[in-house]
Amino acid sequence: MRDVAVIGVGMQKWGELWEKSLRDIFTESALLAIDDAGVDHIDSMYVGCMTSGLFVGQEHLGSVLADYLGVAPIPALRVETACASGGAAFRQAYFDVASGAHDIVLAGGVEKMTDVDGGGATYALSTAADAEYEVYHGVTFPGLYAMLAVAHMHKYGTTRDQLSHVAVKNHRNGAKNPLAQYPFEVTLEQVKNSVMVADPLTILDCSPITDGAAAAILCPLDMAKKLSRKQPVKVLSSAHATDSIALHSRQDLSWLSAVEKAGQVAYKNAGLTPKDIGFVEVHDCFTIAEICVIEALGFFEKGKGGRGAESGETAIGGRIPVNPSGGLKSKGHPVGATGVAQIIETVKQLRGDCGERQVKGAKVGMTQNMGGTGGSCVVHILGSV
Amino acid sequence: MAGIIGYGAYMPHNRIKVEEIAKVWGADAPSYKKGLMLREKAVPSPDQDTITMAVEATKHALKRAGIDPKRIGAVYVGSESHPYAVKPSGTVLADAIGATPEVHCADFEFACKAGSEAMFVCMGLADGGAIEYGLAVGADTSQGAPGDALEYSAAAGAAAFIIGKDAGVARVLTTYAFMTDTPDFWRREHMHYPRHAGRFTGEPAYFKHVMGCAKGLMAKAGAKPADFAYAVFHQPNGKFPMRVGQMLGFTKEQIEPGWLSPTLGNTYSGSSPMGLTATLDVSKPGDRILMVSYGSGAGSDGFIYEVTDRIEKVRNLAPKTREMLDSNKVYIDYGTYAKYRRKIRMGE
Repeated sequence: MRDVAVIGVGMQKWGELWEKSLRDIFTESALLAIDDAGVDHIDSMYVGCMTSGLFVGQEHLGSVLADYLGVAPIPALRVETACASGGAAFRQAYFDVASGAHDIVLAGGVEKMTDVDGGGATYALSTAADAEYEVYHGVTFPGLYAMLAVAHMHKYGTTRDQLSHVAVKNHRNGAKNPLAQYPFEVTLEQVKNSVMVADPLTILDCSPITDGAAAAILCPLDMAKKLSRKQPVKVLSSAHATDSIALHSRQDLSWLSAVEKAGQVAYKNAGLTPKDIGFVEVHDCFTIAEICVIEALGFFEKGKGGRGAESGETAIGGRIPVNPSGGLKSKGHPVGATGVAQIIETVKQLRGDCGERQVKGAKVGMTQNMGGTGGSCVVHILGSV
Repeated sequence: MAGIIGYGAYMPHNRIKVEEIAKVWGADAPSYKKGLMLREKAVPSPDQDTITMAVEATKHALKRAGIDPKRIGAVYVGSESHPYAVKPSGTVLADAIGATPEVHCADFEFACKAGSEAMFVCMGLADGGAIEYGLAVGADTSQGAPGDALEYSAAAGAAAFIIGKDAGVARVLTTYAFMTDTPDFWRREHMHYPRHAGRFTGEPAYFKHVMGCAKGLMAKAGAKPADFAYAVFHQPNGKFPMRVGQMLGFTKEQIEPGWLSPTLGNTYSGSSPMGLTATLDVSKPGDRILMVSYGSGAGSDGFIYEVTDRIEKVRNLAPKTREMLDSNKVYIDYGTYAKYRRKIRMGE
């Protein structure tokens, strides 16, 4: 397998993009990535998207987007593994380059979520859970993660304030990210006292509904210097794991074993340990998710993830900065685009392009993108060259 | 240009509080009160509808206009809750005030903009000399589906304006209109309640059109926010008119006199017209007032008025809008509200 580098990234501001369609937002980000890399063509592309069929009535996305990007007849494929679709698309692009099949490959992600109403979006997202055993009984994602939170609080004494600290920290980072949907700070009291969604999760514990896209250009590391004027970032490892789709099938409700497994494989393949990671972009679809993920990735002991944001250890400048981009919480969560946006933040951090939210001196960054309640997880480790 | 000769408003006595509605649906009242800046809304009694409220408001307008209703050449009623799908509201109103039969009647519908468009058309007809006086009414017994966010705001009320060629109490200095095809809120035939596109009703709908209209209106007149004593905007809730006004550069003090929605609710076609009546109630001769309506679908009508000396003579001839709003309130519970609004399915 060839070593692979990321040589270009592209993303525009996320939010409620009423004036644009799915193909518009994808094409804009893809063109930015191509321009950033400085390449004049791409050989193939993979696009992460969870459910464009339910959100905008459009499937067959690989061809639609290749057509509108003006790159047909190259091979183009939509990749789906719920909210981890973006990470999985990047992983497919990585394999495409590593295998020698193609040299310049675009990994993109997109979701246009605001063309349906709140009920429509809740239904579309619920299809990432177990339709027969969870969704038919009326549970939605805030409800599932609330159960996870209650289990974690019961077992380890994780507190309401510790959940709030995650949102406060991520909004503090996101306030410095001009592409974030909600680039403002929130206080502990605001998080705690905002509208209850599913006890104990309030609306400020939840990531928002977002329109957005993201794209990255990959190529063989040994061609990177020749193809692009940008400092390449090397993909050190790529890992993917699955777990039971239904929460109730897990032995431990408060443990995300797909995250643990993907993390272990990623560390092993890169020859690294959690101590070697300079910062991590994790899938904080709900505040409790970040707490569980940083435990499963080995940054905190089991049950002690709640201390991360509370103690400042996960802040920029802390022991292990988590979500310097603002995370899903502040940056937004257009589900299929999230995994690619995590890669973009990591590339920008390693290039030293993050301005006020720059993690100083970081040479290695990790991304963790998760589907459903952890039924799938994709982890990447990237490093400076 | 034409002017407002007389004006009047009406709203029912019944009120229901946000807490009372939220309690029934298990919703969070404080967040609705804060998020929408709404405290309570006016509810029509079972025997009240768009026509009865239009008659009440018109009686007040006639008192201030001091004209013989026979001289009214046009009666236009704007509403999205006309009691009949086929049969005009305008003829009932015209007959009730004694303006028939030498009168032109029409019913207008344009979501919440129907009242201001009746005004717009009357101004044109009066200005062109086709009529001596025109009566323009915006009135609604607004519909909002049970449990929907609209239920907290959909209210009842009416405003009526006698419009003529003279300046009257307020001369029309400039008019402007701003329309696009924007499907943010709609009700098809045979549907009881309107549907809306949630947050899409905000930025790309209300704010885009109200801002577009206000800016175009001020540009046409060569005016800026500081030139106005008051500004009135469509009031789908308490928050939007205050926010859009401040985005345009108006102060809270300029908006507040006509800002009725926190305790009135959204009277749809009656909304900004009622805000104008409350503003005229407190204005002084020479004051300039900017008014911008909004109707889903979507569009805004914009007007600049200049108040004349006559306001001092006529404002006390009929009940003032804010005083009506703040007095004789009868608070009802949700069960009574459901009965009054015919939300309970009765036996055949």
